[in-house]
This record gives sequence, C-alpha cells and structure tokens, in this order.
Amino acid sequence: MRLPFIITKYNPELEHAAHQETYRLDVSRGMTVLDALIRIKNELDGRVTFRYSCRSAICGSCAMTINGSEKLACRTSIRKEWERHGKIDIAPLRHLPILKDLAVDMAGFWSKTRAVTPWLGGDSSSDHGLPVMPDAYQFHNVDACIMCGACVAACTSHEADQGFLGPAALAKAYRFIADPRESRAAKTARLAVLERPTGIWDCTRCNFCVQVCPKDVQPMEAIIRLRRAAIEAGFTQTGGARHVLGFKQLVARFGRLNEAIMPLKVVGLHLTRLAQIMPLGIRMLLKGKVPNPLHPPIQGVEHVRRILTRPTRGGPV
Amino acid sequence: MKYALYPGCAAKGATPELFQSTMAIIGRLGIEVTELTASSCCGAGVVGEADPEGALALSARTFAQAEGLGLDIMTICGTCQGVMGGANRRLKSDPALLARVNRLLAPEGLVYSGMVQVKHLLWIVVREVGMERLKDEIQITLGDLHIAPFYGCYILRPSWDVGFDDPEHPTSMETLIRAVGAESVEYAGKVKCCGFPIILEKENIALTMNGTNLKEAKDAGADMMVTPCPLCHMSLDIYQERAGRTVNARLELPVLHLPQMLGLAMGVPPEQLGMQRHLVSVEPVIEAVEARKTMKKAGRP
Repeated sequence: MRLPFIITKYNPELEHAAHQETYRLDVSRGMTVLDALIRIKNELDGRVTFRYSCRSAICGSCAMTINGSEKLACRTSIRKEWERHGKIDIAPLRHLPILKDLAVDMAGFWSKTRAVTPWLGGDSSSDHGLPVMPDAYQFHNVDACIMCGACVAACTSHEADQGFLGPAALAKAYRFIADPRESRAAKTARLAVLERPTGIWDCTRCNFCVQVCPKDVQPMEAIIRLRRAAIEAGFTQTGGARHVLGFKQLVARFGRLNEAIMPLKVVGLHLTRLAQIMPLGIRMLLKGKVPNPLHPPIQGVEHVRRILTRPTRGGPV
Repeated sequence: MKYALYPGCAAKGATPELFQSTMAIIGRLGIEVTELTASSCCGAGVVGEADPEGALALSARTFAQAEGLGLDIMTICGTCQGVMGGANRRLKSDPALLARVNRLLAPEGLVYSGMVQVKHLLWIVVREVGMERLKDEIQITLGDLHIAPFYGCYILRPSWDVGFDDPEHPTSMETLIRAVGAESVEYAGKVKCCGFPIILEKENIALTMNGTNLKEAKDAGADMMVTPCPLCHMSLDIYQERAGRTVNARLELPVLHLPQMLGLAMGVPPEQLGMQRHLVSVEPVIEAVEARKTMKKAGRP
C-alpha cells in the first residue's frame, strides 16, 4: 500500500519558517513510523533529519509529534495511525527549539533535569543510621522514564510558561523523595526548592503527560506525590498548598466546595491580590454566580467530615 | 432511561445555570433522574492530593448511594466524570482497596459493591438517547452558528479511566454540534487545559492557557464555544476578559454549557437555561436563534 507521509521540515539556518513536505512510500505490514522515516531518508530525501538509536522504545531518542500527539516513532504503527486518523502527519516535539526538521534541541530539557539535583542528597543511610535499599515499587514507576521528552512537549503548563520545570524533571525529583536512602533533611531541602515558582505547583493536572508517556511513568501522579510530601513537610504557605488544604477543609465543613469562600482560602490575607479578585467577585455576585457562604451543609456531612479528618498514617508516599 | 443525578459542586454553586439547563432538557430526551441530594464533592482531584484514600471514599460514598437506588450515575461535569470514573475503576479493580474504603463508609451504614457505572450527560445523549431521538426534539437548527467544542481535560484523559472518546481524535461534542445543525469549529486547543485548577494561585499561566484556547477558537471562526465541564466554563466565561488582556486579544466569545446549547435548539426559552447568568454576553447567540425562529415562522428553511 502506498501512503503519503506529511513531514514538517525546517532548517533554521536557511529558512524563515517551517513547511510541510509530502513523501509517498510503499508500506508493508507491521511497519513503524521510524521504519518509514529511515526508508524516506535512504530512498527519497537524504536531507530529512530525525534522531533515533535503539529502534525498540528504550533510548527515548525518536519522540516526535505524530498526528498531533507525542509518540515514539519506533513503537508507532503506521497501520494504526492510518486507521485512527486517516493520515500520517509527522512534526517535531512542540515547544522545544528546533535544530532541524524533526530533531529538537534537548539542552533545556537536560538543564531542568540537572536543576532538580538528580542524585541522592545527605548521607546514604536512613535516619536510623542503617543502610536501607529501596524497593523498586517505591518509585511508582518513575524510574522507568527514558527521558524522551514527550511529556514536556505535551505539557499545557510548559506551553504557557517554558520556565516550568516540567513533568519529566519533576518525576525524576520524586524518585529521590521516594528513596529511603536520602535523609529527611535532604528531602526537606529538596522540597523547599521544588515548591518555588516554576516547580510543583505550576502543574494544572491536565493529564497530558500521563496520556502520552510511552513508559507509563505517570509524571503528574509523581507531581501530586511531591505536593503531598511538601505539605507534610510543612511547606503550606504557597498558593497551591493553601488551595489543597483549604479545599479539603471546606469539603469537610460543608460536604461540597463553596466557591464563595475558596478564593479567600487560597489568597489568604494578601491584600493586593484580594483587591484584584474583588471586582470579578462583584460581577459574579450581580449575575447570581456567588453561592451563599452560609449555605447549609449537605445531608450526612458529619460522615464526610469523619472521613476527611480521620488520622492517617502520614509519610511522604 | 433512569439515572442517579450527581450534580457536583459547581452546578450547585457558581454555575447554577448548568443545573437549571440540565433539568430543562433531560425530560424531553427521555432521561429520568433522581438527584443524589446527600452526595458530597468528588474531591475534584484536589482532595486526593492531600488524602488519596479519603478522596476515593467520597466517590465510593456517592456510588453506594446510587447503588442503594439501583441506578447508574449521570454526571454533568467533566471534572467530576474524570475523578469519579478513575475512582470507580480503581475500586472495581482492587478488592483490598474497596474493602478499606468500605470500612470508612461503614459507620454511615453504606457499602459499595462495585456495581455502578458513571456516565457524563454528553455520553448518555450521544450513545443512549441517540441522534434520532435528539433530532426529533430539535425545533430550531443553529445553522448560522460556528460552534467551537471545548472538551477540557478530565473527560478525555487518561483515556483508560475515561474510555469514551479517542483522546487524540474526540468526536462526541462535534456529533452534537452537527446534530443541532451548526458547524463545528476545528482548533488545536479543544482538548487542552482551561487553566482553572491553578487560576487562583498561578493566574498568569492559567490565563495564558485560557486566552490562547479562546483566541484560537475565535481565529478559526467560532461564534461561540460549548463545554461539558463547568470548571472550564468558569475559566472561559468568568475569566475571559482577563484572559483576553493576557493574550492581547478582544475575545467576546460566548461560552455555553452543553445542555444550554441543546436547550436552545430544542426551543427552550433562554432564561429557562440560565443564559442571563453569563459574564460574557450571550446576546449574539440568542439573536441568531431568534432570527432562525422568525425565519421558521415565515416558512423559510
């Protein structure tokens, strides 16, 4: 079967903007997008540039945007893409600088990974002085990450602010928070850095990273665990932490969220921020969109309260 | 077709027009409901950040209430759907977890055995009501309108928790937009995030996301936007003016809840759909509907 492959090409040294080129190729059963790219390069256009190595979803080199979603070219079936989308559209990873065609500059990606101090801090023994080896399951699969960058390219928060550390680096940071060999003091120091702007509280929980990850790392779940660890370590003054704690308090009190009180829980007594929010609050009030802050709780709220205020085991995971 | 209606917080709080418009249309589509009045917040993914098992128990408590009525659950919020769908999958696939969570419910005399399904109104209309029944109820086709669907996150991702639309190529909203006779606007932002979860603490990032999506829809020719999630609605409607300033665009794009769009096409008066409660003016949409109505009376198609 002969299929058209639409490839986004761009040479920043020679061209002002990217353009698309269509290559027609006879494909056979079981071919992957990477197989097709290699054949296009060998048979049709030797200038097409892309990065690959292992061809078996281990090295993480060939992540690209295939039919609008971040995928490893080496494990993406042409037949399935064709059936699902009726086209094969191949573009570089989004929101990363393009070197040429499908090859993006991963320097920023690696510098963010370095920024989370990806090694164990403190001495390599537990707080009790006994060396402890981690069990693999403690990492919730974040150690399966192959650093392909698919999650970062798909991240909607990174799209809006490319200073965001991003899902891959934060998942890597979680690997050390979950490691029993790192001392509590080192973990606390780590969380103090991660709770800053561009860190754990910039994630909107859009689930894109979870959806596109070829290794089921679920970076967003790692970010959520980092947030929990930060709150449990006493980092409760960021807007994000206040949001989580205030939300839980309101649900325990009323059974449902009360949007009239929620902003005050997040903003606290920050007067300039309150002054920014007030005009919107008044407009909402005039449209009947501000719930009564004195609304009675739901039936059975005492059970909701009992569930949410029960003593829990604690611990970072 | 009978469901236990899980209203969620937003439809009972800051977006009462969602509840009102849902109740205005479901009877006409043959959907009967019993409201779960004693149900709590689903946790919205936020409670779970502090207390994952507590958040699962909130969902399980709602499931047990529906199970007691012998009904499946209908949600009207994309976020509730994602959170409760995910909770339900975990509870059904992990008997030890289900037992632990049931111990938390026991003092209230509730137990969840894992027999409930959780479905969003969007899916119920597409799959169970069906297009034929829906088209029978349509009085006014919205033929002059270009409508941009905005799915939001939790009704699509992660797809193994949701399992309705293809997250890379969703079609349910487009199906309904076409069913009401309008044209569906294609733009990349339709599956992205509205920014709402961080709008209070990271306003600039959230408004950049929000404004970019709205601007993309507007640039693609949208006259209005429609969403199955009231949290997206709050972001897209209440914060639209600020989002426009953030991305340097004059947006003025009316944003409707899914049942409001269906209701207009079914001939329900706009005030019964709570259209007067929006911050962004919906007048252009109402005018287009009125114009169609006049044309219909005059006997033109």
